[in-house]
Amino acid sequence: MATVELSSIRKVYPGGVEAVRDVSLVVPNGSFTVLLGPSGCGKSTLLRMIAGLETTTSGECKIGERVVNEVEPADRDIAMVFQNYALYPHMSVYDNMAYGLRNRGTPKAEIDKRVREAASLLAIEDFLSRKPRALSGGQRQRVAMGRAIVREPQVFLFDEPLSNLDAKLRVTMRLEIRRLHNRLNATSIFVTHDQVEAMTLADQVVVMNAGRIEQIGAPGEVYKHPASRFVASFIGAPAMNLMPGKIAEAGIVETPAGRLPYDKNRFHAAGEVEVGIRPEDIHAAGGADGILFTPELAEELGATRLLHGSFGDTPVIIAIPASGTVHEKKEMRLSIDPAAVHLFDKVTGRSLVR
Amino acid sequence: MVEHRGFSRFVPHIVLCIGVAIIAFPVYLCFVGSTHPQDVTSNGQMPLTPGPIFFETYYKTLFVGSSGSTREPVATMLVNSFIMACVIALGKISISIISAFSVVYFKFPFRMAAFWLIFITLMLPVEVRIYPTYKIAADLNLLDSYAGLTVPLIASATATLFFRQFFMTIPDELVEASKLDGAGPMRFFWDTVLPLSRTNIAALFVILFIYGWNQYLWPILITTRDDMQTIVIGIKKMIVTADALTEWNVVLATAMLAMLPPVTVVVLMQRWFVRGLVETEK
Repeated sequence: MATVELSSIRKVYPGGVEAVRDVSLVVPNGSFTVLLGPSGCGKSTLLRMIAGLETTTSGECKIGERVVNEVEPADRDIAMVFQNYALYPHMSVYDNMAYGLRNRGTPKAEIDKRVREAASLLAIEDFLSRKPRALSGGQRQRVAMGRAIVREPQVFLFDEPLSNLDAKLRVTMRLEIRRLHNRLNATSIFVTHDQVEAMTLADQVVVMNAGRIEQIGAPGEVYKHPASRFVASFIGAPAMNLMPGKIAEAGIVETPAGRLPYDKNRFHAAGEVEVGIRPEDIHAAGGADGILFTPELAEELGATRLLHGSFGDTPVIIAIPASGTVHEKKEMRLSIDPAAVHLFDKVTGRSLVR
Repeated sequence: MVEHRGFSRFVPHIVLCIGVAIIAFPVYLCFVGSTHPQDVTSNGQMPLTPGPIFFETYYKTLFVGSSGSTREPVATMLVNSFIMACVIALGKISISIISAFSVVYFKFPFRMAAFWLIFITLMLPVEVRIYPTYKIAADLNLLDSYAGLTVPLIASATATLFFRQFFMTIPDELVEASKLDGAGPMRFFWDTVLPLSRTNIAALFVILFIYGWNQYLWPILITTRDDMQTIVIGIKKMIVTADALTEWNVVLATAMLAMLPPVTVVVLMQRWFVRGLVETEK
């Protein structure tokens, strides 16, 4: 177990592409940190730099008390689970797990003990003599995790390990990874582009965009208080509604939806802003007051229903409980809680929170 | 797959049978000729059934040799050919797998230049560079030696290319997993690349063994002693064009014997051969 500390890490590829720009991050000892972002945001590159598979252009990477910039991947005391599992196809499950230990000269009895322990932890004892190709995707993923566990590393690195699994298995494996983390209590860094994975797994979510960190926080925190327009639109499904606005007076913002009150103790804003409201924070108003909304299309999700429509000219999605019937094209009146209105800077996209 | 009914079911079989007959008949005729005394074959009345002297001919061919211009028993030639074919096949495989490994997995200056230099040798088979190659072999005292027979034929761009293409299909993550597992480049080569290439190696071995076995021009130049000649050369030398009678039964028996080892290699390794050429699972 160890703390991972990155300070001012940069990665510039030959040819000038800057994949990671000045990232500083502390992954506390024993935490489960998820690097979340769209593809190409530099999250995998960052993980691979921690693993030592990519060189660091500048900055310092510390695992525990040791600066590991120049340390070989094998000597960094980390283990990594790859997206496509990267199991050795010609080796049995047992050998796949034992290979790294053998290369390190671990005594045979010790290897056997550790492999069997990990196998029973992951419920793959029955497959130890099989080749990876005789296993299903979920089983292969377990073997890949087993290979990481037997090393007893200080840090576990996961590079989108669930994206090759089908939806149902992904949910089970997600829980299992979390359970395993709680049990082993090791520091874990997990890369994903799936916000649901990030929200469910993480103690700490690191939202990345274009090589930079947009926000670091607990899952609830990044959802409730997005630090930028990017985080607001990336986290939450469906995405947060964004519309232009203009501050009319303190506590009131002029939007296509009309004059909306906002929490003036939280936001400090003036002039042109970007207004964000989550679909689930928009409710049907009881009476004839409220914002006029014209639904065009309804998406039935079971418990909730998504209505695509518009406030005036601005397209908006709202999420309402799926009870009752909705007549498409029939106008409705909506209300928005002032506490649910987010304001972002029009130019920089940063949250205008005080 | 098209499903045929009635008569059309037999058409493919008939076509295949005709094909087999076209290929097999000369081989059969060769076998028949090797079991008749030389005068029967020589007078142009080739029988279609095997004759009486099967054992005598093959014994004589293998262990005594013909009485023509080469008197070497064919057993020696078989051994020579076998050694040559094996050394060429294994030599080509080992050299090209190593060079492909270095070109694919290591970054060094002029890496692509090295690759293209290897590639260019595709345009320079022995026939093209025959004089300089012969001169070098002669200067190095390689005439009438196994080294002389094999070394000039070993450098191979085809096999290097073949392995390079295969290595490029091995996922990068496997290299990275090996790095994390503490395996250096050589370990990775032995523990991962080599086992994964098994079927490819087998397929290449079949192709290259036959390539080596069928060499004609180079062995005829580099060997002068009868006990160093290969079986392909032996057949040629046994056919006397001048005043003497060609011992056709011995010649044909030699031809039959010359066919056996390549056929055996193909039959024994065909499963691997097909897998090595078509297998995609990594």
